[in-house]
Amino acid sequence: MTDIPFLSLAIWIPILGGLLVLATGQDANARMARTVALLTAVFGLAVTLPLYTRFDASTAGMQFVELHDWIAYFNVHYHLGIDGLSLWFVLLNAFITVLVVIAGWQVIQNRVAQYMAAFLIMSGLMNGVFAALDGVLFYVFFEASLIPLYLVIGVWGGPNRVYAAIKFFLFTLAGSLLMLLALLYLYKSTGSFEILAWHRAVLSMPVQSLIFFAFLAAFGVKVPMWPVHTWLPDAHVEAPTGGSVVLAAIALKLGAYGFVRFSLPIAPDASMHYAPLVIALSLIAVVYIGLVALVQGDMKKLVAYSSISHMGFVTLGFFMMNPLGVEGALIQMISHGFVSAAMFLCIGVLYDRMHSRQIADYGGVVKTMPRFAAFFMLFAMANCGLPATSGFVGEFTVILGAVQYNFWVGLLAATTLILGAAYTLWMYKRVVFGAVSNENVAKLTDIDAREFFFLALLAVCVLAMGVYPFPFTDVMHVSVNKLLEHVIAGKLSLLP
Amino acid sequence: MNMQTLYLLVPLAPLAGALVAGLFGKTTGRTGAHLVAIAGVLVAFLASLAIFQDVQAGHTFNAAVYTWMQAGGVNFEIGFLIDKLTVLMMLVVTFVSLMVHIYTIGYMSDDPGYQRFFSYISLFTFSMLMLVMSNNFLQLFFGWEAVGLVSYLLIGFWYERPTAIHANLKAFLVNRVGDFGFLLGIGLIAATTGSLDYQTVFGQASQLAGQEMAFTGWPLLTAICICLFIGAMGKSAQVPLHVWLPDSMEGPTPISALIHAATMVTAGIFMVARMSPLFELSETALSFVLVIGATTALFMGFLGIVQNDIKRVVAYSTLSQLGYMTVALGVSAYSAAVFHLMTHAFFKALLFLAAGSVIIGLRHDQDMRNMGGLWKYMKITWITSLIGSLALIGTPFFSGFYSKDSIIEAVGGSSLPGSGYALFCVLAGVFVTAFYSFRMYFLVFHGKERFGQEVHGHDGHGDHHHGLAPGQKPCESPLVVTLPLILLAIPSLLIGFFTLEPLLHGDWFGNAIIVGGNHAAGLKEMLESSRDWVQMTLHGLSGAPFWLALAGVVFAWVFYILKPSLPGVVRGKLAVLNTVLENKYYFDRFNEIVFAGGARLLGNGLWKQGDQKLIDGIGVTGSSRLVTLAARVLSLFQTGHLYQYAFTMIVGVFVLITFWITLG
Repeated sequence: MTDIPFLSLAIWIPILGGLLVLATGQDANARMARTVALLTAVFGLAVTLPLYTRFDASTAGMQFVELHDWIAYFNVHYHLGIDGLSLWFVLLNAFITVLVVIAGWQVIQNRVAQYMAAFLIMSGLMNGVFAALDGVLFYVFFEASLIPLYLVIGVWGGPNRVYAAIKFFLFTLAGSLLMLLALLYLYKSTGSFEILAWHRAVLSMPVQSLIFFAFLAAFGVKVPMWPVHTWLPDAHVEAPTGGSVVLAAIALKLGAYGFVRFSLPIAPDASMHYAPLVIALSLIAVVYIGLVALVQGDMKKLVAYSSISHMGFVTLGFFMMNPLGVEGALIQMISHGFVSAAMFLCIGVLYDRMHSRQIADYGGVVKTMPRFAAFFMLFAMANCGLPATSGFVGEFTVILGAVQYNFWVGLLAATTLILGAAYTLWMYKRVVFGAVSNENVAKLTDIDAREFFFLALLAVCVLAMGVYPFPFTDVMHVSVNKLLEHVIAGKLSLLP
Repeated sequence: MNMQTLYLLVPLAPLAGALVAGLFGKTTGRTGAHLVAIAGVLVAFLASLAIFQDVQAGHTFNAAVYTWMQAGGVNFEIGFLIDKLTVLMMLVVTFVSLMVHIYTIGYMSDDPGYQRFFSYISLFTFSMLMLVMSNNFLQLFFGWEAVGLVSYLLIGFWYERPTAIHANLKAFLVNRVGDFGFLLGIGLIAATTGSLDYQTVFGQASQLAGQEMAFTGWPLLTAICICLFIGAMGKSAQVPLHVWLPDSMEGPTPISALIHAATMVTAGIFMVARMSPLFELSETALSFVLVIGATTALFMGFLGIVQNDIKRVVAYSTLSQLGYMTVALGVSAYSAAVFHLMTHAFFKALLFLAAGSVIIGLRHDQDMRNMGGLWKYMKITWITSLIGSLALIGTPFFSGFYSKDSIIEAVGGSSLPGSGYALFCVLAGVFVTAFYSFRMYFLVFHGKERFGQEVHGHDGHGDHHHGLAPGQKPCESPLVVTLPLILLAIPSLLIGFFTLEPLLHGDWFGNAIIVGGNHAAGLKEMLESSRDWVQMTLHGLSGAPFWLALAGVVFAWVFYILKPSLPGVVRGKLAVLNTVLENKYYFDRFNEIVFAGGARLLGNGLWKQGDQKLIDGIGVTGSSRLVTLAARVLSLFQTGHLYQYAFTMIVGVFVLITFWITLG
């Protein structure tokens, strides 16, 4: 197909660029650090574009494959490749990185080089997660990508950052250890770390069940699913804006992606068998978390809970095992990348001016920041799934899939129409509408050109995806269908 | 220009107007913004006229514009279905919208949000047109939610008013409750037919009729229809999802006319008429529709009697009239429902805009207790209001008479469960309508002049600190306001007998509306007994509705002109009833406590007990010692070289694993 190793470029350009940024050193050189970071991020995005333009939507096989020996003794390879399930996340990740660099341009004045480098390196590592086809490589990327995020919260975070960072770390670590065991077991039984070989490995039901729960622990925490979600609101509240953006837009997707790359194809029969459990947990996320979001007084917590609720749609979609559900869930993941990023950036814009995230400290922002209010309105509407925004596409498709799966599941899922609108617009009302509530709000200045730029960029994405989602799903069909055929066929009939 | 281009032009011209006025309003200035917006709607109206001609000539159209998405083997498309039902709606929407656009120049002239307002109403016109022109459920839902969005933005247009931003949130959420049902209905359709295209779905309707719903055993089609109708209950404000509409009067008057009277609220009626091939196959669903509609028609009318805010009277009247349309749907008289939808669009838009004109004349005082005797000062507003009121109460020769009488006759001939109750409601409703309409008319235009008094009798609407100064006299509104009144008064008067024959007698809708078996027997009987509008008028003069309406007018005259002390006496005697009515049957209180309060209570409980106590308490505090320990370790890193350490860690992991294992 091509000789240019696009996936390696997508992984290593941000990482090496990040090192270069780090080399600019102290804050005296902050200007240079920012410039190098932006160039790296843009370049990093540019090299991912051919992944879409040269993508062959007619095959479910891995594309842009790179295969080299890494640790020959253990049969570990540097093996990369993407299919219709992973393509969009590499692009989304590279895109969000550009936004984060721009968003942190002025706000971060302290350890600029390290801040920028953290995000660039994280971006490269996460691309590695989406592209890895070797179990060890995946695990290394998956775990390593945690570290920069952990540091971003711990260094540039709020007053309670240490607690939040450690809570985040402990939750995710616990899950990861179980996953490591599963990976080692799979290696032992197949003699290979090839993820695709694991897909083919014939496993008995008890084995599949154990593997399924190990993965569920690892990925469920990451998504996060109820009841292992409580680290996320704390992490968001303490994280700087950029950290929240990457956490919501990309980091949560790592877990969701793990389900379609590992759980479903490696343990198809167990996945089918325990699907009702995952669906139940997802519905709890939609309803329970939706109600919890309603009563939050902190905007970031509110959006964090809203993220959990929206990610509930992703796990719901995957485990209904119908094409509408799976494709809808993948779309929801992409859309949530845009919308949650936009929501956190909007809150960041307010926080930079007021140094408060409390809804009660606001009121009447539209009077002093009309342009901001317009953007915030658009993203709030996307957050409650209004048609013509990206938020609608995934929710609508998953709900259609859910009604097809079971009317009652669809009914519970559809409550998001009411709950999502209630928590989002109630917050919007108290923050943006109304008379100017205090002097601080009266002194606010509207968004500047830089803020306008990144909000407008996201607005274009949200609207474009809402009006014409065709290209997004077009590349998924074959991969999704193959996945579902594989899962439904199961492995038990192949047992000797 | 070929027809396809014309179809596209209809929604896109207002969209272009909205974008220009909204995004470049500063550059274009006020005049530029309203010219562009009006031009967009005018183009849409003219194009609709041309399409009407074409459809009259027998050309219909049903095709996709583009494939929006494919997922799970289902095609999601954006496309148009242009038939007689569509084109009628297009004409009503674009005409009323055009009138409202022109009127807005006068009504909003000194508002700082002028361009924004034009942008919103043009955007609304676009959304509404997408809704009515759709040939599939996706786009229907799309338009459905989009009009809801614009309604939300416009109700909260004066965003500094606490009442306005409470009302718009309420409107959006109540509509979302309806949409929740609507979406489930669409989901059931997609799940059972694998398609969202009207034609495909209707083609399979008869197969669906016999099926049962998986997991519940309910008749599938009944479930689908009731789910869809729940959507209509939200949008068309049927009991108990009606609560948002009276509050929506917090928005500027032009949008009350356009959105909350003439067009958006009729979307539910239109939708059910469009879905007639489905509803016809479920008598249970039809009965449900009938009873809900009848309840709305009568009980919301009662509430109109006790309102003092001029706009709220018209709002309750709208609720009641929407109930009439819904009743018509219930008895399968879809054509009568759409007929009433059309006549109502004209006379109700007229009544709202006239109320707006009165409000301008009284410097934004909306309380009818501060009006009276306005006929002397505002002649055009007075006459056009009278025409609107006469049309509303169904006076023979006026448009409302033909549509409302058709509905009543249709109910009379129905044998569905609930039709007896419905007949009582619609007949009693005629009296109630006449009473509150002429109560308003007399209070505003006749009797003692009560404006310009020092103290206003406000009833809690703290925002209306307006009104005329003592001694000041109201004067007629400018031409941009009165011209739309006149242009709407003409169809309010005439459109009934011009369109009665083609719409009802001539089976004009053709196969756009399907009526099954012996449904709508009452309507058929009436059409057979009175073959044209003359006969129907004569027949009407001897019918009960006419005398009921007359009685309503006379009562209103006695109460508010002859003996103005009488209402107080009656209120005193019927104190309990009066309290119930003034509290709007306690719907708002109930929702506030049970749903809003309940959700918050539940949310707080789940958060504090579930998340914090249970999950964090057991799961996290259990490892809190670990946390303390880890924190101590972490504090070692607070040296300013944290980053270097971390990075070394990552690289170290890679390098060590590689070397150690390869060498090992």
